Amino acid sequence: MIEAKEINKFFGDHHVLKDISCEFEKGKTNLIIGQSGSGKTVLMKCLVGLYEVDTGIITYDNRNFSTMNFEQRKNLRQEIGMLFQGGALFDYMTVEQNVMFPLDMFTKQTKKEKLDRVNFVLERVNLENVNKLMPSELSGGMRKRVAIARAISMNPQYLFCDEPNSGLDPQTSGVIDQLIKEITVEYKITTIVNTHDMNSVLSIGDNVAFIYNGELWWKGNKETILHTSNKELNEFVFGTELTSRLKK
Amino acid sequence: MLMRRVFTRPQKGRIFWQRLLDEIQGLGIESIGIVAFISAFMGAVVAIQTAYNIDNPFIPLTMVGWTTRQSIILEFSPTIISLILAGKVGSRIASEIGTMRVTEQIDALEIMGVNSANYLIFPKVVASVLINPVLIVLSMWMGILGGWLAMGLTGLSTTTDYINGIRIDFQMYIVFYALLKTLFFAFIISTIAGFYGYRTNGGALEVGQASTKAVVVSSILIIIFNLILTQLLLT
Repeated sequence: MIEAKEINKFFGDHHVLKDISCEFEKGKTNLIIGQSGSGKTVLMKCLVGLYEVDTGIITYDNRNFSTMNFEQRKNLRQEIGMLFQGGALFDYMTVEQNVMFPLDMFTKQTKKEKLDRVNFVLERVNLENVNKLMPSELSGGMRKRVAIARAISMNPQYLFCDEPNSGLDPQTSGVIDQLIKEITVEYKITTIVNTHDMNSVLSIGDNVAFIYNGELWWKGNKETILHTSNKELNEFVFGTELTSRLKK
Repeated sequence: MLMRRVFTRPQKGRIFWQRLLDEIQGLGIESIGIVAFISAFMGAVVAIQTAYNIDNPFIPLTMVGWTTRQSIILEFSPTIISLILAGKVGSRIASEIGTMRVTEQIDALEIMGVNSANYLIFPKVVASVLINPVLIVLSMWMGILGGWLAMGLTGLSTTTDYINGIRIDFQMYIVFYALLKTLFFAFIISTIAGFYGYRTNGGALEVGQASTKAVVVSSILIIIFNLILTQLLLT
């Protein structure tokens, strides 16, 4: 479980995260939702340490991340997998080299063991015969799946996904969502997903946290989100033409 | 702060060596063509200009070879070729690292627990420091060869005069001086470009700006250090 306690983050005078406290449960997909600019990506980057929080505490299974030094964080990060918005695959490496990279860096496995692991995780994300392709030769959905494969290659305890569906068509988005859900349950990972896609919320939102103007505005799940009386959340959930028509 | 992270022990030796070889290929081997081409033509121009300017019958034609050698070894190869490499290699380093920054590849490395500054910049610095002297020696050879070819083709001087000229009063120290300057310049080019690339923030526009800044700043520093090193080493 990951816990954030009274997190505050400033960029200059701009107060981006305001006293955010929330828990992200193990074996569940924990969604952070909110409008663009609400602070959800900053929150995720604070959780993984890409941004330092100004005040507050972040713990990973009771290990205080906020007070860890560089070496301790480096060790903890080997338990973290992250899927970035654009995939963040290394352009100069093949798919196989991309997925093998964390294994090369942090394990003493033989070449064969690493290759077996690469093939296993690629198969797990439903990708075959792509080992020798370069990232530029892949479609958006395939890039995301390779990024997931890379993120889970080290058997992470924590998986962070920053807008996994951005730039994907609804069907491919659904495939990626289901993959994230399956992996979370299968490996009992603490998964945190940043999204503003309501399809994702309704299909994989075991826990949902709504961030509004840098504040934690609402907490619930995919069942309760449709029946909330929270005005700002309703505007977000039913903000599109499709959802507003469905509500009517 | 960034440089402290760059100059630490690589996390995995085997990966560092692999990256070092890749960088030697990318930054050095791929620059051989342009270095050889420019050096040969510049050597030819220096030799021709010198030959045309010797109109005093008391000045022997061996001066053409001597002047070409001195110009090429003392200044043209180490400084001008380093400026050219600042443009070619510096922009490549800054744009490559800058693009990795804006496409979150550096964040991905950090999340994995990799010291991204060391992983990305250190092999480039080591590769530049190792391969640039080789390029400069090649440039010296090509420059002198270019001068000889020009003399042969134009008939402004004989091969014997030219070769005698390049042998006159040759001191190994000038090669040492040139290579020492090259090491400084290689370090400047790779660290400045790495710094600007790593610090890129934004998108494609900022990557271009970082690349330009890297070339401009490293060129200025090369010129300044050229003066300082010349003063220190030749006086």
